[in-house]
Order: sequence, then C-alpha cells, then structure tokens
Amino acid sequence: MPSPKTVKKAAKIAVFLACLLPLALLLADLFGGRLGADPIRASELRTGQAGLILLVVTLAVTPLRRFTGWNWLGGYRRMLGLFAFSYICLHFLVWLGVDQFFALKYIGQDIVKRPYITVGFASFLLMIPLAITSSSRMVRRLGKRWAQLHALVYVSALGGIIHFVWEVKADLGEPTTYGLIVVALLMLRFVPREAFGFHRRPKPVRRPAASA
Amino acid sequence: MLIRRAPDVRSSEITPEQLYFGRREFIAAASAAALDLAAPAAARASVRPRADDKPNSFEDITHYNNFYEFGTDKEDPAKHAGSLKTSPWKVEVSGLVAKPGHYDLDDLLHGQTIEERIYRHRCVEAWSMVIPWNGFPLRSLINRFEPRSQAKYVEFTTLLDPQQMPGQRSGVLPWPYVEGLRMDEAMHPLTLVVTGLYGRALPNQNGAPLRIHVPWKYGFKSAKSLVRIRFVEEQPANTWNVTAPAEYGFYANVNPTVDHPRWSQARERRIGEFLRRPTLMFNGYGDQVASLYAGMDLRRNF
Repeated sequence: MPSPKTVKKAAKIAVFLACLLPLALLLADLFGGRLGADPIRASELRTGQAGLILLVVTLAVTPLRRFTGWNWLGGYRRMLGLFAFSYICLHFLVWLGVDQFFALKYIGQDIVKRPYITVGFASFLLMIPLAITSSSRMVRRLGKRWAQLHALVYVSALGGIIHFVWEVKADLGEPTTYGLIVVALLMLRFVPREAFGFHRRPKPVRRPAASA
Repeated sequence: MLIRRAPDVRSSEITPEQLYFGRREFIAAASAAALDLAAPAAARASVRPRADDKPNSFEDITHYNNFYEFGTDKEDPAKHAGSLKTSPWKVEVSGLVAKPGHYDLDDLLHGQTIEERIYRHRCVEAWSMVIPWNGFPLRSLINRFEPRSQAKYVEFTTLLDPQQMPGQRSGVLPWPYVEGLRMDEAMHPLTLVVTGLYGRALPNQNGAPLRIHVPWKYGFKSAKSLVRIRFVEEQPANTWNVTAPAEYGFYANVNPTVDHPRWSQARERRIGEFLRRPTLMFNGYGDQVASLYAGMDLRRNF
C-alpha cells in the first residue's frame, strides 16, 4: 500500500500530464497532417479552446472544494490556472506570430477596431498579473489583497467567452455553454456552504438542561 | 463471408492533378485558334487564372467547406453530406418567366456545353481558394426560361430536407438557404452554374448536383444544391443578410476597403499558403464586372 504522500505525488503528475494532453494532441495532428486545410486557424481554435476549458476547470476547484469538503482539491488550483494561462499565451502567440506573422500594422488595427480581438486581448493582459502573483511567496506577501486581485480571473473568463461569442458567425452553442458554466460557478460563490447540507460541522452536543 | 466490391471509380481511373492540368496545354495547342474565335472576350479572360493562382488540391476543396446544412465545422460537410440524395433531382423555375415549371436535372443540363473555369473563391471569413470548376454560364440557362422584362432579380433556394441535411435540424440559420442576384449579375458571362470540379461530378459537400459560383462576390452568395430559381421584381431577402443585416449585405462584392464589422477584409489567407495576401477589388475580376456597379456607393451597398 503506497503512502498517502506517494499517492498525492502520483496524482499531481497525472493531472500535470493530462493538462499537457491538448498540446500533445495538437502537435500530433499538426505533424500528422490532420489539422485540415487551414492548420493555422485550427491551431488557434484548439489552443483557445484548451485555455478556456482549463480556465473553467480552475474556476470550478474552489466551489467543488467548499461543497464537498475535499480540501485536497485546492492543491491543484494553481497548476490548472497556470496551464490555462499557458494555453492562452500560446493562442495569442499563434495569432501574433503565425497567423499575422508579426504584421504590426494589421495587429494594431485589429486590436483597436475588432471588438472580439479587443476583448480577447484585454482578457489575456488581465491574466498576466495573476500568473505573476501565483507563487506561494506572493500569496503570503499580498495576504488579503491576493484574493481580491485573483477575483479578476472571473472578468478574464467572461471576457474570453465574449471573445468567443463575438468571433463565431451563427453557431452560438459552444460559447453559450461555457458562459452558463462560468456564470453558475460565479453564483455558487455567493451560496453559503450550509445551503447544500454538505460538510456541516457537527453540532456541539448539548446536555439537557437540568430541571429545576 | 466478406464480399468485396470494387469501388465505383478505381484509383487508377482518377487522373492525377498534374496530368489533369497538363492536358490543357495539349488541348490548347490543338485548338487554340478555334477556341479563341469562339469564346466571348470576357469569358476567355476569366478562364485564364492569374499567374500566381495555383488550384487547391481536390482534398482541400472537398474538406474545407462552409455548408451549414451539414454542420458548422469546416469538416462537417465532408463527413455528413453522404446522406444527400442528388438523383432524381428537380428544380422549380417560377416567377416572372415565360417558361416556368419543374425541370429534371437532365433537362436543365441538356444541350449545355460543360467547360472548365478556374475561379478564385473568396470567403467572407478572409480565406480563399482556387477551384477548377466545371459548368456553364448561368445566362445560357436563364435564357431558356425566357424571363419577362419585369424580372429584376433572380432568387436561388437550396434544398430544405432535415432528413438529408442534418444541419437543418438545428436553428443556426433560418432554413431554407436563400440567395439572390440582380438580373445583370446573373446574366454576366462570369456567373457560372457548377456541375463538377476537377473534371469529376460535383461532390455533395460542394453543393451537388447543381450550384452557382459568382467569383467576384463572397462565397455565401453562391448558393448550393439548388431546388428553386425564381425571377422576381423585388430584391430577394438573402439568408445571411436576414440573419445579421449589419454584417452581410445583399451585394457582398469582394472589397478590401470595406471591412466586415468583426474582421478586416484587406487581406486573406489562400488555403495552403503561409502568409496572408492582399485581397483584390472584386476578387481580381474588376475589369469584367466593375461596370455593373458604376455610380453605386459600394460602402453603403456592401
């Protein structure tokens, strides 16, 4: 029987590898010629999608932990968040360096004139301070302000979904689904844990009042 | 026991693309003089692609399609269009014409000379392809129906059948798909009725059995799998314009100076190329079609 410590370590490695899976599949499809007629656009779609899904999963950690009492879940939040950020970085870099090929004139115009790019770019910028302050040292140093700062991740996630909604032409099914999940997760933040009946602290046993 | 059936077309019978294009030189050399005398000037100029127009592969042309009747992903039409039954096929011709009726596909094609036209195809999403279509000018079909002088527009309707077109089971667009052209656009020698590509029957995902292609307009103007051609006096309500009037107009001429509200139209990615290339006014067919729009404000009539 492996020790709890070994299990914990193995689980972390498994989650780490799972987060790398979208990238591995993308590279396999790219070199296997399975990205279709426009591999650049396919790469943009897939990195953006991986980033958004991981962001939603990251946002789900805290509500899930609160309502189940599985406090060990909290240990995965930073890794998931940083992976989400990495995929969104990659999404941005594919657009900047491959799709636009650093054509700064057009890139600048797009960021200013195309609302879906403006909001996507802003949401990406907003994630940078969160990634920088993700270390344990920064959590300690910022104290209470850390949680306030990191509440911005909701703004980023909703911005990412608006970016998606404004990009598609007619088929709103997928972005709407992500949007509903993020709004639901956000609302769960305001629901007291007791409302679900999970993880209630045992009531202190009261002795019957002594009769007079 | 597994009974093996030979495929309908053996791979040995399919002409390789290099040979397919090589045969043009042979035919050209053999009959250049005759052809040059026979073809009208505009059509002849159009048949010749620009020097840098290398046709896209059959694979790319048939696996990167916007045909929402079969799903919204580019690969969906190739996956799902097998359920479309293209024979028998009838086309209803109605409205302001002397010879309306329900025509069999064979009737419509009877007497038409199928020619090859290598056309640039520019999607409103800022990508493009070069496609060797087979077909004939729409005008030679329209003339047979004898449209009345009041007919100012032609309206094209795509098949409506959610059984055959699974994408129509969702409400992404108001079905059936409707498009339209002004009469002079429809009668222009460049406007093509398409029945095939690369010398083969038109694949379902490309709009079989009958579609049009209007090479100076964004791709959504070129309606596919047509079941109705109607001649009308008023400008038809085309599907994308009805869906998002601020984004898609009736004219939809390729125009690098008028951006789509959500993306730039100044450049395009030619499928198969790495760098984006500048988009040409009227998709490079300005010499032939610009006169159709003389005096029109193309910024307003986008």
